[in-house]
Amino acid sequence: MSVKILSEECIGCQTCIDSCPYGAIVMKDDKAVLTEACTFCGACESSCPVSAILVEREKAEESQDISSYKGVWVFIEHRDGRIRNVSLELIGEGRKLAQELGEEVSAVLIGDNVAEMSKELFASGADNVYLVEGSAFHHYSTDAYSIAFTYLIRKHLPSVILLGATNDGRDLGPRVAARLKTGLTADCTSLSIDPETRLVAWTRPAFGGNIMATIFCPDNRPQMGTVRPKVFKKPVPDYNRTGKIIREELAINEKDIRTKLIDVVKVCTFSCNLEDAEIIVSGGRGLGKPEGFRMVEELAQVLKGTVGSSRAAVDAGWMPYQHQVGQTGKTVAPKIYIACGISGAIQHLAGMQTSDVIIAINKDPDAPIFKVATYGIVGDVYEVVPALTAKLREVLQ
Amino acid sequence: MQIVVCVKQVPDTTEVKIDPVTNTLIREGVPSIVNPFDKYALEMALQLRDKHGGKVTVISMGPPQASAALRECIAMGADEAVLLSDRAFAGSDTLATSYTLSQAVRKMGNVDLVICGKQAIDGDTAQVGPEMAEHLGIGQLTYISTIEFDGEKLIAHREQDEGYDVIEAKPPLVVTIIKLAMDPRIPTVKGTAKAYRSEIPVWTAADIAIDPKSAGLEGSPTLVRRIFTPERRGKGELIQGDSKEAVDLLVDKLRQAKIL
Repeated sequence: MSVKILSEECIGCQTCIDSCPYGAIVMKDDKAVLTEACTFCGACESSCPVSAILVEREKAEESQDISSYKGVWVFIEHRDGRIRNVSLELIGEGRKLAQELGEEVSAVLIGDNVAEMSKELFASGADNVYLVEGSAFHHYSTDAYSIAFTYLIRKHLPSVILLGATNDGRDLGPRVAARLKTGLTADCTSLSIDPETRLVAWTRPAFGGNIMATIFCPDNRPQMGTVRPKVFKKPVPDYNRTGKIIREELAINEKDIRTKLIDVVKVCTFSCNLEDAEIIVSGGRGLGKPEGFRMVEELAQVLKGTVGSSRAAVDAGWMPYQHQVGQTGKTVAPKIYIACGISGAIQHLAGMQTSDVIIAINKDPDAPIFKVATYGIVGDVYEVVPALTAKLREVLQ
Repeated sequence: MQIVVCVKQVPDTTEVKIDPVTNTLIREGVPSIVNPFDKYALEMALQLRDKHGGKVTVISMGPPQASAALRECIAMGADEAVLLSDRAFAGSDTLATSYTLSQAVRKMGNVDLVICGKQAIDGDTAQVGPEMAEHLGIGQLTYISTIEFDGEKLIAHREQDEGYDVIEAKPPLVVTIIKLAMDPRIPTVKGTAKAYRSEIPVWTAADIAIDPKSAGLEGSPTLVRRIFTPERRGKGELIQGDSKEAVDLLVDKLRQAKIL
C-alpha cells in the first residue's frame, strides 16, 4: 500500500487537502505533498480532478500475505442507544467461527458516547471491542462510518467481517468492501468454516429463495458478509465476562461527509418491529380486502403479537411496506407464525420458514403454505380467524 | 439533470418452479423481465427529468439479448440506452459488475445522478449501487422512496425499519430505489415506436477502458462454490373439521405441545 502525488501532474488546486482525514497533505511550491501523518488510507485518490494521486493498493495487497489477517469482526449496529439484536446474534455466531479458526472474535463499536455498550458486547462473547467515538458518529452516515471502519480494518487486519443484513449494514458493507477491493456476500443465512480450505463458507438464498448458493472469498481479505437478522440465536449474556477495549482516535473532516441526516420519522413504533416479535400474525391476498387486516390485528392483539403481511397485500396497498415478510421484505423467525389467507409463494416462505411453529389458514388445500405449516386449517379465513381469536381469548384469560 | 439508470435483465423469479422429482430449478419457459426495482428507479429518473429537464440514459451490463430490456426502458421514456457487453465481463460478481458499470458512467462524464433499483430479484445482493458509488468516489443514498430536488440539493426519504430517515445531499450521487408509491409508467405507443427504431450502442471492455484484472471472473473476489435447493420443512398436519371444531382441535394441540 502506498500513496504518491505526481508533482508534475498536480495543478495545485488544493482539493485533496480537504479530502484527507488526517491533515496529511500540505502545499509546497504550489504542489501538494504528503507529510508523515499519511496513513495510506487512499481517501484523497478520488478527490484529485487530474488523477495526480496514485494509490497502489492492488499490488500492495496482493503481495501482502493473507495469513497476516486474523480474527473475526462483527460490526455493531445501534440505534437510539440500543444495540440491535442482529449484532449480538452475530457475536454469537462469530464466536463459533473464531473458535473453529483458533482466533478471537471482536466487536467494532463506532458511535457517539457508546463505550458503555462494551459491557453488553463482552457479555455476549466478544473478546475485544474496537471503539471509535465522536460526534460525527452520532447517527449512522455512510461516509463517516466507512472512513472509521476502513481505518480500523487496514490497521488491524481482520480475516472475517460480519455485518447485519439491515438497511444500514447493506449500505456500509458494500461501500467498505469496494474500498478494500474485497469480496462481500450478501444476506447470508448460514455460515461455516470449510474444513479443507479454512475459508468461510457463506451460504445464502438466491433466485428469489428458489436456490441456495455457498460462496467463498479465497484470495482477498477480509472475507466479508452481511447476515440476515434472526437466523442465529442471540447468545445468553454472561456479565462476568470481560475483554479488551481498543480505542482508536480518528478525526472526521466534515467535508468528507456527503450526506446530512435532517430528520428521523417513525411511522410505526413497537407495532412493526417484526424481527424481534415472538408471535407474528400475517395476512395475505386471501383476505380479499384491506379491512381483513382488522381481524388479523385482533388475533395478534390477543396473542400479544405483531402483524405481518405478504408482498401481495403490501402491493395491493393494504399494509405499509414495513410489515412485509419475505425475500424482499423482512426475515422473521418467531415462536409462532400464523399465516391468514397467504398462499405461500416461495418469496414469502424464504422470509418465515425458520419460524418455530407455523400455523396456516387458507381455503385452498393445495396452497404451498401447507407444505411448511406445522398445523394447517383448510377453511374460510373469515370464519376460522375470528373463531380462533375467540377461543384464544377464552383460554388465555 | 444528467441521470444514468442501471438496469438488469432478470428471470422472473416469481415464475420459477421447482421440479418435484429432481428437486431442481426449472429454468425453461421462465420469462426475462426488467428487474422490477430498476423500473421504479427508471420511474424516479423520468419524474426528475420531466420536472427539472435533462436526460435519462439507461445502461445495462449483460449478454446481447439484454438490449430487449433497454428497449423496454426507452419505450417507457428513457432518452438513450447503452449496453455493456463483452465476454470479458462474464463471471462478474458485484465488485466487478459495479466497476464495469462505473467505468461506463465515467466515460459519459458529468453525470449528476446514478439511479439503481435497491436490488435485483435474481441475486438479491443490493451491493452494486453502493459499490458503484465507491468506484466513482461519490456519495450514496440507499433504500430511497422519495426525492425532492431544489436545483442544488436532494432531500430524500430513506427507508428504515420503524419509518424513514430524511437525508439531504448534493449531486453527484448514486441513489438506490425501493418500491415507490406509484407504479412505473407503462410504455407509450410513441415510446414503443422509438424503442423499435433505436439503435442501441454496445460498449465493450476497450470502449470503457476496463482493467482486465478488475473485471469479469478475474476481478471478482467471490466465487460460487456450490448451488443447491433449499431443504423444505417437513410437512405438518392438516386439521380437519368445520371452523369451530378445527380451531378447538388446534388450540388443544398447541397447549399439549406447550406452545401456548
